[in-house]
Amino acid sequence: MAAPGTPPIIATVGPDGSLMAPLRLFYPYDRTVGAVIGRFLTSLAAKKIEGTRGVDASVHVPPLEFDPATGVALTEWVAVGDTGLVLTWSWQPEPFADNTLQQPFAWALILLDGADTPMLHAVRVASVSEMSTGMRVRAVWAAEPTPSITAIMCFEPESAHG
Amino acid sequence: MRDVAIVAYIEGQNTSATTLSPVEMIVPVVHEILNRANVQRSDIDFWCHGSCDYMTGQPFSFVSAVDALGAWPPIMESHVEMDGAWALYEAWVKIQTGEANTALVFGNGKSSAGDMNRALTLQLDPYVVAPLWPGFRSLEAMGARAAIDAGTVTERQMADVVSRSLRDAADNPNVLAYGYRDADELLDEPMTANPLRAHDCPAMADGVAAIIMTTADRALEMCDRPAWIRGIDHRIDFQNLGLRDLSRSNSAALASYHAGVTKDKVDVAELHATYSHHEIILAQSMGIDRSTTRMMPSGGALVANPLMAAGLARFGQAARQIFKGNADRAVAHAAQGACLQQNIVAVLEGN
Repeated sequence: MAAPGTPPIIATVGPDGSLMAPLRLFYPYDRTVGAVIGRFLTSLAAKKIEGTRGVDASVHVPPLEFDPATGVALTEWVAVGDTGLVLTWSWQPEPFADNTLQQPFAWALILLDGADTPMLHAVRVASVSEMSTGMRVRAVWAAEPTPSITAIMCFEPESAHG
Repeated sequence: MRDVAIVAYIEGQNTSATTLSPVEMIVPVVHEILNRANVQRSDIDFWCHGSCDYMTGQPFSFVSAVDALGAWPPIMESHVEMDGAWALYEAWVKIQTGEANTALVFGNGKSSAGDMNRALTLQLDPYVVAPLWPGFRSLEAMGARAAIDAGTVTERQMADVVSRSLRDAADNPNVLAYGYRDADELLDEPMTANPLRAHDCPAMADGVAAIIMTTADRALEMCDRPAWIRGIDHRIDFQNLGLRDLSRSNSAALASYHAGVTKDKVDVAELHATYSHHEIILAQSMGIDRSTTRMMPSGGALVANPLMAAGLARFGQAARQIFKGNADRAVAHAAQGACLQQNIVAVLEGN
């Protein structure tokens, strides 16, 4: 099955004479994300970041549906900030076509202000030398946020906003 | 518990990009291992396979592998969407239940089918991680930095692991990277996925690994010195990266404890350390002293990483050390998922 709108796949002859054809991986179906992730993503489209509070009072962002220690369903929502702390990071020297940033950038686990567990996202900096563990970053929202984790286009150093 | 031993291990030629189909890759390995154990197809009660549909880009792609086994007369077979090491665990359970006595387990992967660093992102959380397309290497690099920042791993230790692995690989004809490079030389190389250097990352391969395991009744017919599985356990950590301390592996620690790794000396360890820092994190988490245990004499997954076969290969390579009498007690380990999320550990003994 081909993704809607994708060009037809044309086989080519490989170096040893065998026929080769590209294969594009994608999910050919829609899924329901459920009440908890659904609320999280819907809030992101409104430029709000929310998490759920665990049994031990920890605030989890992205939200957890169930408490990691006890398995109890989590129902209390907590709004957190769109600024936070880089707990660990790495460098992506060449972006994939699917990344929100199309330049070399960093990945980081970011502990948002008001949250107790960090979330993964991209960090936009001019070069790797601007990255450090413990640096503060701020969310950069997509021009037209959709209910998706990519509503946040990336983070960037808080200082970049003066 | 029934005593179960690994009695034969074969791996196909690891290549950087084969044009063979998975079935064509598996057929000769299955023939060779049956010959090695001197058994017939009819001696195998249970066949179990590990592979990954995301690598072939096709659901149920593993079904075609049955063509490599021969499905008539009917055979009892199963598949796990995991490295072959987890197929070995299923086969071990099958033998424990009494439903089978002898099992052939195999894992295969064609890493060259695409950019696996990118494609395997699809195995991550589909809502809050996969849409960002982080790629596995970036996540492993974050794990390395977490360990470096925590002071449990140093860049020099990582370079020492690479130096030793490349050196050991020179004695293994089935690798894609080898050489004699000391840690200073390696540390002079630039970082790519900072804090990782290119040599901290695995040499991706297309390959197949296969193991035959059986009970005490027949083990000595198939092997002069079987590798008895004295303990085996597998555990899993949260999929949420943010809930885990990436500088260690809790699930590897638990699996190691329940497999009984630290009950006695460990002569040899074959750990499925795909990135250089994994070896250090795993040894610390599993209670293995790297100064007294011979680590990865095969060179490990750093020098040849056939996805979905490389973990089973660690079990096979550890068993080989028992077969040859180089070790009396060996630890085999395999990992799956990002940042050592899932771990299986076994203790193999010669007596």
